[in-house]
Amino acid sequence: MNATTATDTAAAPDGARPNLHTVLSLRGISKSFGAVAALTDIDLDVSSSEVVAIVGDNGAGKSTLVKVLSGVHAPDSGTIDFGGERVTLPTPMAALERGIATVFQDLALCDNLDVVQNLFLGRERRPFQLDEVGMEVRAWELLRQLSAKIPSVRIPIASLSGGQRQTVAIARSLLGDPKLIILDEPTAALGVAQTAEVLNLVERLRERGHGVILISHNMEDVKAVADRVVVLRLGRNNGEFRVGDVTTEEIISAITGATDNAVSRRRSRGDTASPTTHTITTEDAER
Amino acid sequence: MTTTIPPIPTDLQDERLRADTGMGGAIRAGIDRIRGGDLGFLPVIAGLAIIWTIFQILNPYFLSSGNLTNLLMESAPVGVIALGIVFVLLVGEIDLSVGSVSGLAAAIMAINFIDNRWPLPLAIAAAVGVAVLIGFAYGFIYNRIGVPSFVITLSGLLGFLGLQLFVLGPKGTINLPFDSPLVHFGQLAFVPQWLAYALVALAAAAVLVGGLLRARIRRNAGLSAPALSLTLIRAGLLAALLTFAVWYLYQARGVGWMVVFFVALVLLANYALTRTSWGRSLFAVGGNREAARRSGIRITAVYTTAFIACTTLAAVGGLLAAGRLASAAQSSGGGDVNLNAIAAAVIGGTSLFGGRGSAFAALLGILVIQSISSGLTLLNLDSSIRYMVTGAVVLIAVSLDAVARRSRSSHGRA
Ligand SMILES: Nc1ncnc2c1ncn2[C@@H]1O[C@H](COP(=O)(O)OP(=O)(O)OP(=O)(O)O)[C@@H](O)[C@H]1O
Ligand SMILES: [Mg+2]
Repeated sequence: MNATTATDTAAAPDGARPNLHTVLSLRGISKSFGAVAALTDIDLDVSSSEVVAIVGDNGAGKSTLVKVLSGVHAPDSGTIDFGGERVTLPTPMAALERGIATVFQDLALCDNLDVVQNLFLGRERRPFQLDEVGMEVRAWELLRQLSAKIPSVRIPIASLSGGQRQTVAIARSLLGDPKLIILDEPTAALGVAQTAEVLNLVERLRERGHGVILISHNMEDVKAVADRVVVLRLGRNNGEFRVGDVTTEEIISAITGATDNAVSRRRSRGDTASPTTHTITTEDAER
Repeated sequence: MTTTIPPIPTDLQDERLRADTGMGGAIRAGIDRIRGGDLGFLPVIAGLAIIWTIFQILNPYFLSSGNLTNLLMESAPVGVIALGIVFVLLVGEIDLSVGSVSGLAAAIMAINFIDNRWPLPLAIAAAVGVAVLIGFAYGFIYNRIGVPSFVITLSGLLGFLGLQLFVLGPKGTINLPFDSPLVHFGQLAFVPQWLAYALVALAAAAVLVGGLLRARIRRNAGLSAPALSLTLIRAGLLAALLTFAVWYLYQARGVGWMVVFFVALVLLANYALTRTSWGRSLFAVGGNREAARRSGIRITAVYTTAFIACTTLAAVGGLLAAGRLASAAQSSGGGDVNLNAIAAAVIGGTSLFGGRGSAFAALLGILVIQSISSGLTLLNLDSSIRYMVTGAVVLIAVSLDAVARRSRSSHGRA
């Protein structure tokens, strides 16, 4: 693992758009935690220069799928093809070495280390005589690119706000030269400007030929940047759409598993009642 | 009218950030850190000052050159063991068997050197080699079977004490000849005075040149750098302090080579902890094991190397102690060695919760422990009082750690 020689993703020069090919292909992935079947028979394909959004309710299994892909959990069954070969991802290191970079939902940062130390954790420059200055300069470049509002990179992660931490976690995934970048709810804690930057970044990554998996609960973000939407429901595939030819309603009904669902009921109610004068009725309170 | 504004360094551009430049800035930043619960070495240095003042008042011989020379020599063996403890504490684990391992190492060295007539280097290598194996075994059991380090090393404490007695056999004590290099090193080898001053000059020059070089590299990279005056003051203070210490100690026998060896080990450990990716991974594992794993760090290797570093340094400490006592006995490494080593690391500011600490903790912590021990001996108070006082000091140190931890979390410093 040596980041000194690898070009960092976000800094890579704009090359010609490479031919599209399948980067990742999952078949029949299942994973149970004791009696809970978190994932059942999941299929998923991601090609280069493609942004695939994975959506689903809370507990649908999105983060579990991410953890299977990043080597945190081993799947119980199923196959993973990455970059044209059949692979196993027994450890996070194996996934990182193959070029799968992940921003975890829980961020996975070390509170006692500072921003630079966290960014380069596990792939420090010059392992026997750390290149602190080089790493600090690179850290600033990456953070500027994401419009990060971080006052100092030499303060412990513990003293950053939630959104600042999220930016650090995203910046970390850009180090090295990953082929596939997985973002598990990357914008959940971000401000307006930072969210826009992350969406821009996702588009830039696509232009440079990377595959991106984006997990989000925000349908606007998904529709803005994703090429395809894959819906998980209760740990199973529950539909797959091209973003161009699907409405938000259709996605939502696939997520909730019904056309008549809480979201659509709210919407239809919102159409009739003026939102400003809407008062809480007993029916609302029950929900 | 045009004035050229110097470019703001990359790392100071955020407008919320108070630019702490120059002397005043450094002091302000230091006060902020302490308020935020990042006490650093302040408690242990304050503690040392208090202890020294009290004992000096009770017995004017305490701060004499002769006693301090002895105190430093006494500190080295257990200090080396405490240095090993720092490594396991950093990853959030513990090694309770360092005393037994140090005694076992002394026994293995002595039996091979005296009874089997091996050359001394070979006898030492055998002792250290066994310690490395022990550390490796600890790591293996910890990683593969998942037994808590507390339990593994508790059985190590008993088991290796037994092995030590077995190795020593019915005689129980093996004396080392006074003309052997190890005993010479442990008792009689003192640095010539001129060389001691030369080492002081070297240390100050290293701080100065290192500081200037680092500042230049940072400035060239467009980052802020500490002011020249600050580096000068640091180097000057260090030179003054060490020169005075050397002058004072050489009123008596001076500085032993064993002390220099201990300090060199501390500096080496400090480099390994702060300037290598291995050291960084120890902090990461101690801070957030799962995050470290997901960053691609092989945490099993980190735990194993931390255990090996600890047992190896325990063996080295045991060999130094054998040299100092000119023997390996059934009591070697027994008594309070174990707890003193752990207490020293904790008193010096290494957190029992993992992820925080420094090699210098071992140096400062062992000075506190040995000062208490020496002071009470001078007052003709026996070990009963010493145990109680040391226990109280450890409790204070751990409470400080816990309080500082709470203060840190409320000030956003993990
Ligand atoms: N380590 C674990 N041990 C046991 N059960 C788990 C574990 N991780 C996840 N689960 C279970 O697996 C299911 C899927 O969880 P997962 O975290 O993948 O959901 P998610 O789709 O990411 O939800 P969210 O939108 O809330 O992030 C849940 O029922 C959860 O309880
Ligand atoms: Mg999730």
